[in-house]
Amino acid sequence: MEKFISHTGTGVPLRRSNVDTDQIIPAVYLKRVTRSGFEDGLFSAWRNDPEFVLNQEAFKGGTVLVAGPDFGTGSSREHAVWALQNYGFKAVISSRFADIFRGNSLKGGLLTVIIEQDEIEKLWAAIEANPSTEIKVDLQTRTVSYAETSLAFELDDYTRWRLMEGLDDIGLTLAQEASIDAFEGLRSSLKPATLPIRT
Amino acid sequence: MGKTLAEKIWAEHIVRSAEGEPDLLYIDLHLIHEVTSPQAFDGLRLAGRKVRRTDLTIATEDHNVPTLDILKPIADPVSKLQVDTLRNNCKEFGVRLHSLGDADQGVVHVVGPQLGVTQPGMTIVCGDSHTSTHGAFGAIAFGIGTSEVEHVLATQTLSSRRPKTMAINVNGKLKPGVTSKDIILAIIAKIGTGGGQGYIIEYRGEAIRNLSMEGRMTVCNMSIEAGARAGLIAPDEKTFEYIKGKPHAPEDFDAAVTYWKTLFTDSDATFDAEVEIDGESLEPFVTWGTNPGQGLPLSAKVPSPSDFASEQDQIAAKNALEYMGLTPGTPLKNVKIDTVFLGSCTNGRIEDLRAAADIVKGKKIATTLRMLVVPGSERVRQQAMSEGLDTIFIDAGAEWRNAGCSMCLGMNPDQLAVGERSASTSNRNFEGRQGKGGRTHLVSPQVAAATALRGTLSSPADL
Ligand code: SF4
Repeated sequence: MEKFISHTGTGVPLRRSNVDTDQIIPAVYLKRVTRSGFEDGLFSAWRNDPEFVLNQEAFKGGTVLVAGPDFGTGSSREHAVWALQNYGFKAVISSRFADIFRGNSLKGGLLTVIIEQDEIEKLWAAIEANPSTEIKVDLQTRTVSYAETSLAFELDDYTRWRLMEGLDDIGLTLAQEASIDAFEGLRSSLKPATLPIRT
Repeated sequence: MGKTLAEKIWAEHIVRSAEGEPDLLYIDLHLIHEVTSPQAFDGLRLAGRKVRRTDLTIATEDHNVPTLDILKPIADPVSKLQVDTLRNNCKEFGVRLHSLGDADQGVVHVVGPQLGVTQPGMTIVCGDSHTSTHGAFGAIAFGIGTSEVEHVLATQTLSSRRPKTMAINVNGKLKPGVTSKDIILAIIAKIGTGGGQGYIIEYRGEAIRNLSMEGRMTVCNMSIEAGARAGLIAPDEKTFEYIKGKPHAPEDFDAAVTYWKTLFTDSDATFDAEVEIDGESLEPFVTWGTNPGQGLPLSAKVPSPSDFASEQDQIAAKNALEYMGLTPGTPLKNVKIDTVFLGSCTNGRIEDLRAAADIVKGKKIATTLRMLVVPGSERVRQQAMSEGLDTIFIDAGAEWRNAGCSMCLGMNPDQLAVGERSASTSNRNFEGRQGKGGRTHLVSPQVAAATALRGTLSSPADL
């Protein structure tokens, strides 16, 4: 996982509440055998609408999604996080996230930031007035800032540390590699192995 | 205080434990198949990681594969893509793979034991809930999700909290014609599909000790259907005998047996829960509903929703009866069957095929139904053919197929049609499990065979 210390990019205002994971990525896209390539299915039901925010020239290249409340409800599919990341999003800002989605996103390195709904409204207005507004999400200071505004957000120390170190669950376990090596060193030689193949 | 078997095995595999955190558990064997592994391998690739222990990993193709014309390209493009992806991933990462046409291709939970890589005292995982099958050898074996598959591939460990332990004591001797499948169906009917939630079940008692290894695998296989994380049975002489001579049996067999003999629950250990089952009173069992807990003795009648105490069970029964197209009060033995499926990781082993062949030998299946016989693995298929079982089934009018998950789940060409009713030796009777709109009655191989002959749900005693 890439280290996340701070990210600066332009925003995409998604003025909808209760965007569930079926809307983020519908089930028909889940048959894929890779963890990449899900960007095609992202918000697929809305992508045919030329007015949809992702289809507007002004918001192309945005990396910070600013969404309405209750983002990521519904099925626990990890694909929802992959789809947002595959599309290029580094952070999602909302006033409320569904628990499982938030857990999956923070595990997978997609930063989900919670700020008050009235601040979301102001941020939407700022991005819509000037789509090239730069938004900075900074884990070091735990702030979101744009133009003259700077807002603090909460994130527990452990998750913050993990993101700043770029450690996913596997990375964390690999940090215990010495313990795994030591365990393997003492492991009984009576245990079976699949290789070399015996017949 | 003494320890239970599950606690002993768990403790032996702790790489690291810290207060408040899940244990980091070492995994002795990781089984892979085409459905739950692609994203895991892709994750490794994206992060530039390797498979830590290819020598503790083994893959096979089972869920998607056809059981006819297996050497032709797979017709369904999604299935073909998954199988091809597995083949490429195994090649790229150096993982041993048994592909279609290979002697050790087959349902992943049949393949491990037949190779002798499933042994007592191990931790075994697979991205498949029926991994509990391997517990029959006195191992802790359980299913995991795709992210965990990736975690095990990369680290050979899993972080997990230790489940509680439950003892299920099946006392006394089984009556003739009562099988391991009937034991587990009766257990699930008793404790419910959530009864085992949060537990590793240890099956104990005379009736369990008397089961063959195949029978024990059938019982452990369906632990997940009772909601349990895993199920296991302490190893004994039968276990050792079964492993002996298998390709991957320990070279120093005596030393291994000495270790395996330490694997039992201490007499002063306590379980978090205990359940008693009277083995002597069990009868051939069959499910009438749409979850494995909705089962009854074959001699019973289709229940009525009002037979159930809780409102929740009444609604569940009503919905199930509607889906199954059954009328309360109908003797289960009058239920007409369209398809008999003999196979799966629950009952697709050689002993299961022998038991069914014994019953159909020299007879003809009812003209009103079809019977699919699908060996759990190619090796089982070959063994069966060397004993002439294929001819017995074919002469009786059944179809003799190649190995795979087949009709156990609607993911390959072997499916029930809408409204079609099966007697199936598999483990799940969920709506649509064997094909959209299909109706499933879970049964033992013996009941499957007798049903094939009579055309309605039947036990060998009815013949
Ligand atoms: S036979 Fe059925 S239960 Fe067993 S692994 Fe295959 S699909 Fe799953």
